[in-house]
Amino acid sequence: MTPAGAAASPAPARTRVAPWRDERIRAIAIQVLTVALILGFAAYLAGNAAENLRRQGIATGFAFLGREASFAVSPTLIPFSPADTYARALLVGLLNTLLVASLGIVFATMLGFVVGIARLSSNWLVSRLTLAYVEVMRNTPLILQIFLWWDVLRVGAPQPRDAWHFLPHVFISNRGVVFPVPFYDPVYLWMLAALAAGAGAAYLLRLWARQRLARTGERPQTAWPGLTLVTLPPILVFIAGGAPLRLDLPQVTRFDFSGGQSITPEFAALLFALVAYSGAFIGEIVRSGIQSVSRGQSEAAQALGLSRGQTLRLVVLPQAIRVIVPPTTSEYLSLTKNSSLAVAIGFPELFSVSNTIANQTGQAIEVMVIVASTYLVISLAISLAMNLYNRWTALVER
Amino acid sequence: MTATAALQWLRANLFNTWWNSALTLLIACLVLWLLPGFIEWAVVKASLTAPDDRVCQAAGGACWAFIADWFRFIVFGRYPYAEQWRPTVVLLIFAALLLSSVDRRLKGRWLAIGWVLGLVAVVVLMAGGIFGLPAVDSDLWNGLPLTLILAAGGLGLSYPLALLLALGRRSPLPTVRMLSVLYIEVVRGVPFIAWLFLLLVLLPLFLPPGLTIAKLWRAEAAFALFIAAYQAEVVRGGLQAIPRGQYEAADALGLGYWKKMRLIVLPQALTITIPAQVNTLIGAFKDTTLISIIGLFDPVLDTNTALNDPAWRLAYIEGYLFIAALYFVFGYFMSFYSRRLEKSLSQGRR
Repeated sequence: MTPAGAAASPAPARTRVAPWRDERIRAIAIQVLTVALILGFAAYLAGNAAENLRRQGIATGFAFLGREASFAVSPTLIPFSPADTYARALLVGLLNTLLVASLGIVFATMLGFVVGIARLSSNWLVSRLTLAYVEVMRNTPLILQIFLWWDVLRVGAPQPRDAWHFLPHVFISNRGVVFPVPFYDPVYLWMLAALAAGAGAAYLLRLWARQRLARTGERPQTAWPGLTLVTLPPILVFIAGGAPLRLDLPQVTRFDFSGGQSITPEFAALLFALVAYSGAFIGEIVRSGIQSVSRGQSEAAQALGLSRGQTLRLVVLPQAIRVIVPPTTSEYLSLTKNSSLAVAIGFPELFSVSNTIANQTGQAIEVMVIVASTYLVISLAISLAMNLYNRWTALVER
Repeated sequence: MTATAALQWLRANLFNTWWNSALTLLIACLVLWLLPGFIEWAVVKASLTAPDDRVCQAAGGACWAFIADWFRFIVFGRYPYAEQWRPTVVLLIFAALLLSSVDRRLKGRWLAIGWVLGLVAVVVLMAGGIFGLPAVDSDLWNGLPLTLILAAGGLGLSYPLALLLALGRRSPLPTVRMLSVLYIEVVRGVPFIAWLFLLLVLLPLFLPPGLTIAKLWRAEAAFALFIAAYQAEVVRGGLQAIPRGQYEAADALGLGYWKKMRLIVLPQALTITIPAQVNTLIGAFKDTTLISIIGLFDPVLDTNTALNDPAWRLAYIEGYLFIAALYFVFGYFMSFYSRRLEKSLSQGRR
């Protein structure tokens, strides 16, 4: 970094350097120049935009958000009618994005762990078939998969009258997927509370076991008691509340279904494709994470007399998790961003609702600013959460 | 001898525990149950020629007749029918360039020159207007050539920006560093489809009144700007992996910043990140399919358009399988190459 003259000269500090060779002056000059260039370019673009908007007679600003949307959105998580505002339409879209993304993350993680472990199976058939699955998923574009599943439901699936049903009371037709859900009952709230209390107790048990391990070197058996503490209270509350399980079973009517929970073909195709796609990527991450733990670790653990299960739980997995978490974070981020492909099949998540609004109002710049900053906030939130988790699992070095 | 070896292999890999044996039997049953059905559908009862999808359905198998009927549209889109030898040559040029990049006898400078010349030839062939070739509007450069132009051109154009961003992110100058981080994180935090939308729909708003840029080049710009952010992170990884001693040795030799980077640091950083760069290329290749949403006729939109033909509405599985196979062959080829490269690079370092 130091210019040759300054380094070679034996006389300290006295050497006068020409201002254009002085490192500090240069640094400031470069920075000022960069900022000026970028600001200038931005100002040029903004000037053009202002001129173009003036010519087209488009008003700028976010006032349009309060106006009536006058388009329908379905499905929605919160009530929405065309008389509601654009702002509420965006909120509906955002909630749909969050729904798809969170369901997708949960299912893709589960699938990913299964895939990752299956890839390492000592059974040749299992590992080969999983490898084939991973290669197919990774090397074909996601949007193609979304289109395929969408068409399978839209074009391939039958009318509701003769819907496919592989599981009792679950119907797949060209109207989407319908499955039973329990009717709401106040006892469920109490069950939730019982679950939380049980989880708290299990956590305390774990703390106690840790302390005991540190004090006496004994490892108290906590797996079964912990599991019982978490699962038993809700079950007891359920029974005490009179076991109020009434299922809302879907019925086939003439042209559609009544009852049950239904999801549209768009939602089903999007979620299915996202999970299958990201699951393959997460599977590879899990596989490399497990492989990154050197063989010596599990051999050493077995030499210490740990059982196979203990080796996996206490030695291999804690080390593998550290390798798995950071790349999984970026996989979650891309799943969330990929949910915007819904615009291609018309599922109303954030991007596709924004697209409609931009087309209707002409305020494309404002809408894009909202969309971009919303995705940024979601991305940052996921990164933050995963970083916290990462810090929690990371190796504590001296 | 071989029989016992085969038996041993079976025992070691398929029947080593009772759990694995059960799994093997289960999977074998599934495969034996599904595979004949699939072969019957895909080969035995498939129709290679048929007037429409109902005839295929009556035959009870796959409708490859749809692909046969619409093949040229899926691969070349709306490029003038009589001129389609030109995109065919373009595909051959791309194949030659890719193969010569994989074959590692041709290296560095000559390869780069080959790509530049090849891309120029591609654009000249597609556009026409000289050498007696009829001019073809860039809106009609559809199908597979479009995909390859976008991916290769996007990657090539993104390269200088990616290098600048990667260097900027590790620069000692705070504003340069901040601006690079801002660019990289904002671009990566927002879905690509949003950026495509921004550049295709909104770019005209930001240009001086009267100036228009063809849709294709706007998409190309979006690609370059988007890939640059990802490629910058790849290169940054390489920069961080170069030992401090290399930087310090360059300083000790009295090299200035740019010389140090150009002669010492970047050659090493770029070499060790080649596999990761190939992965970015595969990603970019798959991401080109997003332009179908914006209405550019890549193979996906071509297929969707072809499927709107009422005669072939039911042939969607065949259509999507065909394109998926196209992408798969390319992606598999590239990732195979990247894995082999990784192996040979890591051998060199040991």
